[in-house]
Order: sequence, then structure tokens, then C-alpha cells
Amino acid sequence: MVTPVSETRGPVHITGEVLSARRVGGYRHLTLAAPGLPERFRPGNFVAVSVGETRLSRRAFWIHRARPTGGYGATVDLVVAETGFGGRWLATRTQGAPVELTGPLGRPFALPKEPVSCVLVGEGYAAATLFPLAERLRERGCVVTMLLAAPDESHLLSALDARRTARSVLVVTEDGSVGRSGAVRDVIGDVLTRAAAEVVYAAGPARTLHDVAAAAELHGAWSQTALERPLTCATGLCHGCPVPVLGEHGAARLARACYDGPVFRGDRVRWADLAAWDSGHSEAAG
Amino acid sequence: MTTRIGETELAGPVLVAAGCGGSGPELAPFADLSTLGGFVTRSITLDPRPGGPTPRLVESPAGLIAATGLPNPGADQFLATELPWLLQRRVRVFASIAGTTFAEYAQLARRLTESPGLTGIEVNLSAPDAAALGLVDTQDPFQAAGLVAACRRELPRGLLLLVKLRPDPGHVVEAARTAADAGADAVVLGNAVPAAMPDGRPAGLGGPAIGPIALRCVADVHAALPDLPLIGCGGISTPDDARAFLAAGATAVQVGTALLHDPTTAARIAANLGGC
Repeated sequence: MVTPVSETRGPVHITGEVLSARRVGGYRHLTLAAPGLPERFRPGNFVAVSVGETRLSRRAFWIHRARPTGGYGATVDLVVAETGFGGRWLATRTQGAPVELTGPLGRPFALPKEPVSCVLVGEGYAAATLFPLAERLRERGCVVTMLLAAPDESHLLSALDARRTARSVLVVTEDGSVGRSGAVRDVIGDVLTRAAAEVVYAAGPARTLHDVAAAAELHGAWSQTALERPLTCATGLCHGCPVPVLGEHGAARLARACYDGPVFRGDRVRWADLAAWDSGHSEAAG
Repeated sequence: MTTRIGETELAGPVLVAAGCGGSGPELAPFADLSTLGGFVTRSITLDPRPGGPTPRLVESPAGLIAATGLPNPGADQFLATELPWLLQRRVRVFASIAGTTFAEYAQLARRLTESPGLTGIEVNLSAPDAAALGLVDTQDPFQAAGLVAACRRELPRGLLLLVKLRPDPGHVVEAARTAADAGADAVVLGNAVPAAMPDGRPAGLGGPAIGPIALRCVADVHAALPDLPLIGCGGISTPDDARAFLAAGATAVQVGTALLHDPTTAARIAANLGGC
């Protein structure tokens, strides 16, 4: 596995502009003019958005698509869930609105050196980060299987788009409104076996990532999980997004989700500790 | 536009404040650190600290409330990896230090300056959650004086000793006088304002919300001690903010929390001031 290094290094901080905003199911899809970002982009990267002068924390959004050139120049696409102040703020920007953003940020997905079978698991809006990954993997000759999950049909990203790149696409929804009824954990073992997966990529809530990492380990596959944590600076400066991980030699340490991640090897995250923090049993971190 | 503190010349009046610049590489894509007046590290302790429980930072109107628990790799790891990275890039580095005893502060000052490289030490006497972190209580001027003098004794000649004080207008003049008498080359005014996280844990408030408090500290200390170099720190987010601190008597300014919102802030302020 190699973590790709882009030729043009490092993120940029720019004032972008909303070129288009449209509703797709339960989400808003935004296309932003973002000079300098697309040529630096690797799948798994995200952007940090400022959501007003007096709100100092940045809000992170997965990059769904990055186009260095096109009718509107350099653009990035984001999928925005209208939850929380930041999501609502960005979702209500209309065409022509300026948006201050920093990116591409974070460690991207590592790609296999060989053209192997890959399973990509995405739940809700987080699946956005897997679409450019699927394209990159296909370019490398990998067989791509996608498992898209959501609470219901309106929060499912387009299986039609996924089918353009993936050899096969499986859909699960909690309410059964489309695809199979159930959750990722109900089907992941079967999917990995049928695809004879060697690498598994996952994006979604932490509990889903944990399920996928555990299934990958059982199956004997590598896993790469794109972890979403509440961020403050999103650039590695503030140490506000610790993630309990195991280091190279198995020693417990804290990594930063925004800078050392957001993509972590699934077998390196201490999922139980992370879940304990989130349920409010936060102790001095180890 | 260069800036002078004591015998030391800095590339400009804008420095990166402690705890807001990562260890250097994180900020480097957004600012040429060598063109800034200096880079103050996050507070270094003798032994590594992993940092405290989450949430560590919470938004408040025009501010951030932080209780990070001083995550840092400890003095040895800092010297082995983080300091060389900065020095290779010709960055003026000030190591912020914090300790649980007088002896730890003195030991840190000695350990960090045994080998050449640092431009100075910034003694953190004002962590807003000092008691929760187990740090020495330096509210009492007698204690503070002893601590600053102990660090001064350990510093090789030519290294700057900065002392970072609480932005507490009622006591800051006395605290600044104490630090200067004990050997400080300059005082930093100030740190995050003592505050609480929504769950009641001790924390510090930074960001534009506290700018006027820090500015008052600079104005009061400058009026009382006009010859003491002052470094303004607190809520500085724009070139106009920086100008206000310089006009009130500061020799230099530090940019902190603003970098967490816009990592280009320090570079932009420096470029803007350089042109004036």
C-alpha cells in the first residue's frame, strides 16, 4: 500500500465561490470555484470551511469531486448535510456567494500497488469521498465493489453514479426504502467474501467503520477507514481532534484526526476507546 | 521592517503564539515561518503529555474555549525532531515551557538551551487551567519572581527570556514589574482568559472576544513601565488589531487563536505591517 504524494504539495487557503447548489434527496450538492485545490486533491482529502466571522471553528466536508479544468475552471463538489450550524450555513449559500476554504486537507487513502479486488463501503453523505477513490482505483486496474448505505433512500448517494465506476454496487437502507433492508454490519462479511476483497475502504459513522474494520480483519483484508471527528482548526494546529490509535510498534498513542488522518488503517484505531469517549466516559487520554 | 528585543533582532513584529502553530510543519504551507518575527512552540514539559479528555475546544461567540491539557512530546523528543525541523528552515524559535515545580522550569530552561538553536524561552506563567494541569501556582508575585530568576540563571547569555502573563488588568502591572525585576527581557500580554468549558472544566478563552482585555493590559503596563518591551497577545486577527497593540506600546505581537480559523493570518498581518 502506498500513500500517494501529489506533485503540487500542501493545502491552500482561498476564497472560493458557489457556482451551483442543488438539492439531491436529503442533501445539498454544492459546486465551488476553488482555484489551486483540484490539482492537489487525492481521494480521502477534505476541505475546511469558515462559517462566519464570529464562528471560529472550521467545518470539514469530504471532497466528492475535483475538476482542475472545466467550463468554470478549477472546482470542487461537496455533499452537505443540513445538520448543525455549519451544515445549515453552507447549505444556504446560493450561487455567487463567497466561501472561505482551506484544502485539500488530511492524509488521503492509500492505494494498492497491484490491481486487486477492492470493496468500498460508504454510509450517508460520507460516501461522497469514495466516488473519486473508485475512479482512481479503476484507473489502476482494480476491481471495485461498492456498498452504499443510508438510513433511507433520500440519504443515499447515487447508486447510478457508483455503477459508472464500480463493477458491482450493493445498497442497504435501514428502513428498506431501497435496496436491502438492514445495516452495513449485516452484509459486510458476505460482500467481502463474494468480492474476494484484498482491500476495504470505508467512510461513515465511527460505529460503521468499526464494523467494517472488524470484518476486514476476520476476512484477512487491509482496511482503510475515513474517520469523521468534530474539528476546530482542521489543519493540525490545535490538537482538538485526538484519535486513540496504536502506533507502529503497537504502543497506544493519540493521533490527530485532521492531520494524521482522516484516513487510518482500520486495525490501528482503538475503536472501543473512541466509542467510550463519545459515550461520555472521557478520561485523561492515554 | 525588523524588530528589536534587547540585543536580538527579529525579522518583524509578528510572532506565532504558543500552542497555535502546531510543531511547525502544519503551519508551513500557509506561511513562510522564516519571514515572521518568531515561532513560539506549544508549551513543552519535561516529560511527554498526551493531552486531556475531549472535547478539548468549544466555540463561543467570537472565541474558542480550550482545555487541551498541554499535549506535547516532552523536552527530549522536541529537541530531537521538532526543533531541528524549524532551525533547518531558519525560523526564530522560542520554546514555551511549563512545569509542575520550580526545579522543572529551571531544568527545562537548561535542557533546552544546552545546545544552540533557540532564540529564547517563553516562561508560561499563565496557563488558564494551571491548577488542573498541576502546574506551579505563580499567582503570588514572590513565587513568580523566584521562578523567573531560576530560569534566567539557566539561560546562556544572549538568549531572550520572555514571560507570559495572565491578561488580568487588575494585577498585570505588578506581575510585569515582578517579571522584569527577576530578569525577563520582555513580557507577553497575555494568555487565554481563565474560563470554563460548558461542562465546567477549567479552560481558557481565546480569540477576538478577548482582544480588548489584552490591549488594556498592554496600555496599562506600558504606562507604568515604558522601558519594558511588551509583546501583545490576545485576539489579534487583523492588521488593524496588530497596529492597535503596537500603538498602545507593544514592541511585537503574537497571533494565536486566529490561526485556528485562518492559518494564513500571521503571514497576512506580517505582510501588511511590512508595507506600512
